[in-house]
Amino acid sequence: MTALAFVLAGVWGLPFLYSVWTAFHDEKYSANFRWDAPISFENFVQAWNAAPFALYFANTFILIAIVIVANFILCTLVAYAFVRYRFRWAGFLFALIMVQLLISPEILIVENYLTLSRIGMTDTILGIALPYLNSAFGIFLLRQTFMSVPKSLDEAAQLEGAGAWRVLWNVYVPLAKPVYLAYGLVSISFHWNNFLWPLIVTNSPEVRPVTVGLSVFATVESGVEWSLVNAATLMTTAPLIIAFLIFQRQFVVNFMRAGIK
Amino acid sequence: MNKRLPLGLGFVLLVLPCSLLVAFTHYPAVKAIINSLWNNASSRRPSRFVGLENYEAMIADDKLMQVLTNSGLYALGTIPAAIFLSVSMALLVNSRFPGTGLMRLSFFLPTMLPLVAVANIWLFFYAPGIGLASQMMNAVGLPTINFLGSTETSLASMMVVAVWKEAGLFMIFYLAALQGVPENLKDAARLEGAGPVRVFFDVIFPLLRPTTIFVAVNALINAFRLIDHIIVMTKGGPDNSSALLLFYIYEVTFRQRDFAYGATLTVLMVALLGALAAFQFWVLDRKTHYQ
Repeated sequence: MTALAFVLAGVWGLPFLYSVWTAFHDEKYSANFRWDAPISFENFVQAWNAAPFALYFANTFILIAIVIVANFILCTLVAYAFVRYRFRWAGFLFALIMVQLLISPEILIVENYLTLSRIGMTDTILGIALPYLNSAFGIFLLRQTFMSVPKSLDEAAQLEGAGAWRVLWNVYVPLAKPVYLAYGLVSISFHWNNFLWPLIVTNSPEVRPVTVGLSVFATVESGVEWSLVNAATLMTTAPLIIAFLIFQRQFVVNFMRAGIK
Repeated sequence: MNKRLPLGLGFVLLVLPCSLLVAFTHYPAVKAIINSLWNNASSRRPSRFVGLENYEAMIADDKLMQVLTNSGLYALGTIPAAIFLSVSMALLVNSRFPGTGLMRLSFFLPTMLPLVAVANIWLFFYAPGIGLASQMMNAVGLPTINFLGSTETSLASMMVVAVWKEAGLFMIFYLAALQGVPENLKDAARLEGAGPVRVFFDVIFPLLRPTTIFVAVNALINAFRLIDHIIVMTKGGPDNSSALLLFYIYEVTFRQRDFAYGATLTVLMVALLGALAAFQFWVLDRKTHYQ
């Protein structure tokens, strides 16, 4: 059993380790393992200078910031309405929102692209973010959390004269902090990873996120060396990997929390 | 009893935020149905209502049939493989071996990488001659296989990449579920003389059923939704052997600029997902909530 475990873990790590090896060595060692091969950072320097990666990183950060701020605000509002108020068709409306869990924006690229070009927002960062600003997943998570807030707290706040907004801000939001953190982490990783939609929407380097920038840079047919491709690949994922190594426990716990329905 | 939602507040809490969601989820789904009934506008004439012509073309489309077969095989291949591997990983990591921390890192790391990065890593891994896959095969005296360049292996190679990327995430869900399995049930089974294999299949795995369904649904949605690796690694080739439905939609719409047919294929995709959701809701869900 123990042997099996280590074999599986080893095999699982191989593709990544091979990529790391190549990125940190000169091109002539990329298929040639020698323990004394000198470690070199030259590939990273070359890759960084060969394409505007700093710009790509900035674009990804802006994109993620827009999406997360919008998600936090909009999902909170909708979840609050469903938990605290009653209105006609509430159940039906909620089911309609949950449709997005299944039919996500990735699948509707054709029509969403047409919408975006009609309002003249292709090739903008806001255009990439637009389909993701409100999220059924976020609404679902926050509604679950808000439902567990004791009604007595809500009523006590009302007795002290708090209106709808004060109750939301002082009672519901503070109690949902761990969920915001969990949802934020999942959201960051999702939008850092997202590729197809930004690829379709963007044309110019000024708005490209890291994933699209990487794919533009790393087309091997264009004659880029493997060691550079691997260096660029690691470079663009490094922030996520480092963050994961630091926050491993929190990441795992929060992914778990976000996944359990 | 909750208060009635005042009109003004309802506008701010519900109508404004949800209009964004509707504009990019429900509106495009309905618009795809409408656009699938019209043909493409050209510079000489505007688009014209054609009824079901696009659907007739769809039924006669041999390439689509191949793409649907590929998608079916891809789903049938990746879902069980991801479930099997993620359960195994969770059991291994949950045990008291030394080095489980390092193991968990190895299993979970691919989940943190963007699929585009994963695609680059595997593109290099599969590369004929220079890649580790062909080097290992040479080392044991096997002939080199061009994994991505041959019609027999390209789809399977894509499945390996997908499972490598997603199994670590599913492992986390199984880990969480494993921690909820009561020790006394396992002890009872052991007292009855059940070996570890029987304990797993008769006690633990049935209790993990809700997680298994959750994982299966996610793997299924991923199988339809994620094509980044196909765009980067094979572009659906060779001879469409690795083209999946969403990739075909992407190719038809944004490479061949056939938006009408793209809309028709989108309708097919939404219908397929709807049918699978209905199946999951009516058939699988009934049996899930026995706990």
